[in-house]
Amino acid sequence: MGKAKKVGARRKTSGAPAGARGGPAKANSNPFEVKVNRQKFQILGRKTRHDVGLPGVSRARALRKRTQTLLKEYKERDKSNVFRDKRFGEYNSSMSPEEKMMKRFALEQQRHHEKKSIYNLNEDEELTHYGQSLADIEKHNDIVDSDSDAEDRGALSAELTAAHFGGGGGLLHEKTQQEDEEQGKAKSRKELIEELIAKSKQEKRERQAQREDALELTEKLDQDWKEIQTLLSHKTPKSENRDKKEKPKAERLRRMLGKDEDENVKKPKHISADDLNDGFVLDKDDRRLLSYKDGKMNVEEDGQEEQSKEASDPESNEEEGDSSGREDTEESDSPDSHSDLESNVESEEENEKPAKEQRQTPGRGPTSGKGRAGKAAGDELPYTFAAPESYEELRSLLLGRSMEEQLLVVERIQKCNHPSLAEGNKAKLEKLFGFLLEYVGDLATDDPPDLRVIDKLVVHLYNLCQMFPESASDAVKFVLRDAMHEMEEMIETKGRATLPGLDVLIYLKITRLLFPTSDFWHPVVTPALVCLSQLLTKCPVLSLQDVVKGLFVCCLFLEYVALSQRFIPELINFLLGILYIATPNKASQGSTLVHPFRALGKNSELLVVSDREDVATWQQSSLSLRWASGLRAPTSTEANHIRLSCLAVGLALLKHCVPMYGSLPSFHAIMGPLRALLTDHLADCSHPQELQELCQSTLTEMESQKQLCRPLTCEKSKPVPLKLFTPRLVKVLEFGRKQGSSKEEQERKRLIHKHKREFKGAVREIRKDNQFLARMQLSEIMERDAERKRKVKQLFNSLATQEGEWKALKRKKFKK
Amino acid sequence: SEDQEEIQEAVRTCSRLFGALLERGELFVGQLPSEEMVMTGSRGAARKYKVWMRHRYHSCGNRLGELLGHPSFQVKELALSALMKFVQLEGAHPLEKSKWEGNYLFPRELFKLVVGGLLSPEEDQSLLLSQFREYLDYDDTRYHTMQAAVEAVARVTGQHPEVPPAFWNNTFTLLSAVSLPRQEPTVSSFYVKRTELWDTWKVAHLKEHRKAFQTMWLSFLKHKLPLSLYKKVLLITHDAILPQLAQPTLMIDFLTRACDLGGALSLLALNGLFILIHKHNLEYPDFYRKLYGLLDPSVFHVKYRARFFHLADLFLSSSHLPAYLVAAFAKRLARLALTAPPEALLMVLPFICNLLRRHPACRVLVHRPHGPELDADPYDPGEKDPAQSRALESSLWELQALQRHYHPEVSKAASVINQALSVPEVSIAPLLELTAYEIFERDLKKKGSEPVPLEFIPAQGLLGRPGELCAQHFTLS
Repeated sequence: MGKAKKVGARRKTSGAPAGARGGPAKANSNPFEVKVNRQKFQILGRKTRHDVGLPGVSRARALRKRTQTLLKEYKERDKSNVFRDKRFGEYNSSMSPEEKMMKRFALEQQRHHEKKSIYNLNEDEELTHYGQSLADIEKHNDIVDSDSDAEDRGALSAELTAAHFGGGGGLLHEKTQQEDEEQGKAKSRKELIEELIAKSKQEKRERQAQREDALELTEKLDQDWKEIQTLLSHKTPKSENRDKKEKPKAERLRRMLGKDEDENVKKPKHISADDLNDGFVLDKDDRRLLSYKDGKMNVEEDGQEEQSKEASDPESNEEEGDSSGREDTEESDSPDSHSDLESNVESEEENEKPAKEQRQTPGRGPTSGKGRAGKAAGDELPYTFAAPESYEELRSLLLGRSMEEQLLVVERIQKCNHPSLAEGNKAKLEKLFGFLLEYVGDLATDDPPDLRVIDKLVVHLYNLCQMFPESASDAVKFVLRDAMHEMEEMIETKGRATLPGLDVLIYLKITRLLFPTSDFWHPVVTPALVCLSQLLTKCPVLSLQDVVKGLFVCCLFLEYVALSQRFIPELINFLLGILYIATPNKASQGSTLVHPFRALGKNSELLVVSDREDVATWQQSSLSLRWASGLRAPTSTEANHIRLSCLAVGLALLKHCVPMYGSLPSFHAIMGPLRALLTDHLADCSHPQELQELCQSTLTEMESQKQLCRPLTCEKSKPVPLKLFTPRLVKVLEFGRKQGSSKEEQERKRLIHKHKREFKGAVREIRKDNQFLARMQLSEIMERDAERKRKVKQLFNSLATQEGEWKALKRKKFKK
Repeated sequence: SEDQEEIQEAVRTCSRLFGALLERGELFVGQLPSEEMVMTGSRGAARKYKVWMRHRYHSCGNRLGELLGHPSFQVKELALSALMKFVQLEGAHPLEKSKWEGNYLFPRELFKLVVGGLLSPEEDQSLLLSQFREYLDYDDTRYHTMQAAVEAVARVTGQHPEVPPAFWNNTFTLLSAVSLPRQEPTVSSFYVKRTELWDTWKVAHLKEHRKAFQTMWLSFLKHKLPLSLYKKVLLITHDAILPQLAQPTLMIDFLTRACDLGGALSLLALNGLFILIHKHNLEYPDFYRKLYGLLDPSVFHVKYRARFFHLADLFLSSSHLPAYLVAAFAKRLARLALTAPPEALLMVLPFICNLLRRHPACRVLVHRPHGPELDADPYDPGEKDPAQSRALESSLWELQALQRHYHPEVSKAASVINQALSVPEVSIAPLLELTAYEIFERDLKKKGSEPVPLEFIPAQGLLGRPGELCAQHFTLS
């Protein structure tokens, strides 16, 4: 027996007399058993625990305990076999006998079941009553279906088994009195049981039938749904997607306000009820699961989810208050039927694709033909592609192929290297993102830029980014850093920079597509914003091409802040500059310009159109991104038209800004110069009608913004509390001990003390154990000796009697 | 002759020859009679020889002075060193008779020739001047250079109606090379070896040096200089020129003139003026008005932004400035901040807050608890005079607008005014040189604790969904 156990035992024994002191000591108040520990001094406030003791009683108890435990062990010291009672819950006092019986029966059944029913499909559990098989008693004809499973049995065992096993042990308590009465009559009971069983079988069968029906129905529904789903690719019920969309939106809003950042900084990773409220952690896990956690199932879901997301996009547009209509959504799909093909990149159901395509294509002859051509081209391509290890590899794979082929290649690379298929695929695809980004940059710098391919590749980039947010953000950061670095170098050497090529603009646009730009702080978006600001402030506008680029940057900037509605001084400056260079110098003298624009000089009238005819023939159209990359000697009429278009875009952007910044407290101070310029601008009515209307409406809108000039006030800061001198509280752990030390020190001392006491107690116990054992051994030896002595004595006795008899015989002989 | 080698050899020979003659005293001493007179006269051959040699020496000096304008730098350098050697030897063995005991004699004519050659109106002599710089360590050469420079400037400006910029550049290089010792030196170092020093010599006194220094600079600055030179002068004004002038307040003419030029020059001039006001009790009532006038939107975009705000911080550091003035500055800066890039905003926002901290009377700009609601901003941005701008009646709504700035740090910096301002000022020194590139790098390196949030609306194409701005205004084709 271990020491610990002993100690435990001792503690119990020592505790018991103290607790029992009140009761038993008084009950048999044998004054000779009571030992009084005399106290030398009375100390106030000290609780005395050991002033009275019952040495005799406690000694007897200790002895009893030892005989029960130590002695037993001692006696069984050489025996290896042990008697073990394995009846269920035999020594568990917390269970009632009925419960015990039920559990035992359940276990029994289980064992029975495991053994047989694997092969013995036809047989139900054998029911017994009073130890006899029920099968012997009755004959039922109905066949029990084999697949009645555990669930049913559970129901059975709750009611029936207990009833059947009424004789086994705990009698049924739920059963009513009458049944108890009937127990005497064997025949009536038999009937009753029969009835019960029949009923249960019936129920079971009914349930089975119901379940099958339900299964059939759901299958049918599923099939129907699949058919409908493909038809109504963007008309899924809103409500279903609603909460799916709500959550990320709420998330975005939270990040936009930038509150969490501060909070997170203040209390890092403090798990508390707060976390439950915002549910952020949950969402994070969601994302991961979505993309690459497990095998195919997940992927499939992913694809579907994306589909549904995509499908609900138009609605989201409307929700966000954008002015897009239904016809726009039609357009978005119309350019070619590939758009949904790509959105299914993740989905593994290849065979569904053609079907879908066929469903969509009717009515659009040329596009479907094109799509087919793409498919045909795809058939010629190999089906598997190794993930490229370097950019050159990817380039060689893609270069010289048509757009459809390129897309197919990228798609197949992704599929063949899906992270669920092999170990290293994740890293490969992460690299693929970087390469694709580089490739996009290359395409953009080509002459002419291959924007259509980029347009499609963006979707792949988005998908990859969803899968690997970390590496994707790193790649984008790298690209942005490159661009900024180049610009910084140019500024350092030349003092000014030129607007970078189309590739940087496209990278910035891609950043907008991949990351939420409304966040208060975002590891990728915030640097991108700084980059945009640099483009607008550091790069002087020298040509029409620069104007187009600059306007694109402005558009991007406004898109970045579309949701968060944040204020961009650079943008206002730039628009002011655009308006300025669109007015003749004479008219615009006196307005204040900021950096990238000059009040005078050869570029200060860049957008002025003097040709009346060109003004008359101009029609409003959107700018082409191709112009940004290289504007090759357009005719003067074309150039003039582009000028007017630029001006129109500038004015439209300005108009967009007005309601956005209308709520800013110093709105009029911000818009002042623009407004002055616009009124000037209007004065020389040389512009087309549409532009003038645009100007006019912008102006009226500006004027209609109410200015709120409420004097600023600080928030009231909390009053600084007076310094209070609270008394120092020291916890008194034990009287008579040294206090002064720190809490830890005190705790340590206390523990040391406790350990010492316990150790002594344990040693004492062990010693007592030894004594006890020695006593036992001694008594054993004594017993053995006594026995031997007795036997020897017996022997001697018998020998003596023999001898006596023999002598007596001898004497008789002699006498004879 | 044309050959460089020959010229160099000739210069060396002359230098050696006349050096030896000077040492031996074989040149005529005293008022030099004309050559023909001596030749025809019946004096001794020795005297004739001496006078003749003196004439040759003289023409050699002139010739060397011309060589200072030679296209080859080696020749120039050699000529300069030869001339300076002559100056040294002639100083030691003066060619004129000392009129009294301890008469200070210095070969002024020769030296004038040197300085005149250096301050050439035709070509840039900066290399030669940097050679000459080593001679300026000596007290006597420095003193005489200053005197000679004054004369040279007067001569050239008198001769030419339109002074070529090369001359001004040369002059400036020479002038800026002159630096006076801070304290009266215990031992004067003379280029010309002197056996004994006399207290009556002007060269030995720092005060005289200062006077000369002042006349030199003033005579230089009173002329109309090219703009680039203004900048150069102003850059060294406050630490190289002003402290060493005998009467610094005399610089005010120049500074006010520079002040009206605008841009960076006015700022630099203001710096000089500020030193005069601060250290030398100058009264200049328009100072802050001029500074106020310098604040325009371009101030955040120019190269000297850091210097500007450093100086502005300095000018506005006094806590005794009137509240209306500080309020006007704060309001003006806030107005300008509406057009500033983020790197400037990060600097100017703490700057404004510092102003408010320094002047508690200006806190009404951010905290006016029971003020009436206004229809428009009472501040008048067009007003030139800060006193008339009614800034104190206004509030810094601009900062409130900037709280919605797209950059998170700017937004935070602007949000400071929402709370009562803390007492200690924020040092803007580290923010002065902040560039956008640094902000960019900093943002890139900053790590978020959570994973990168992603856009949840799937991408459809490069231009985004049809409703968005880019798609509205741009097409791919």
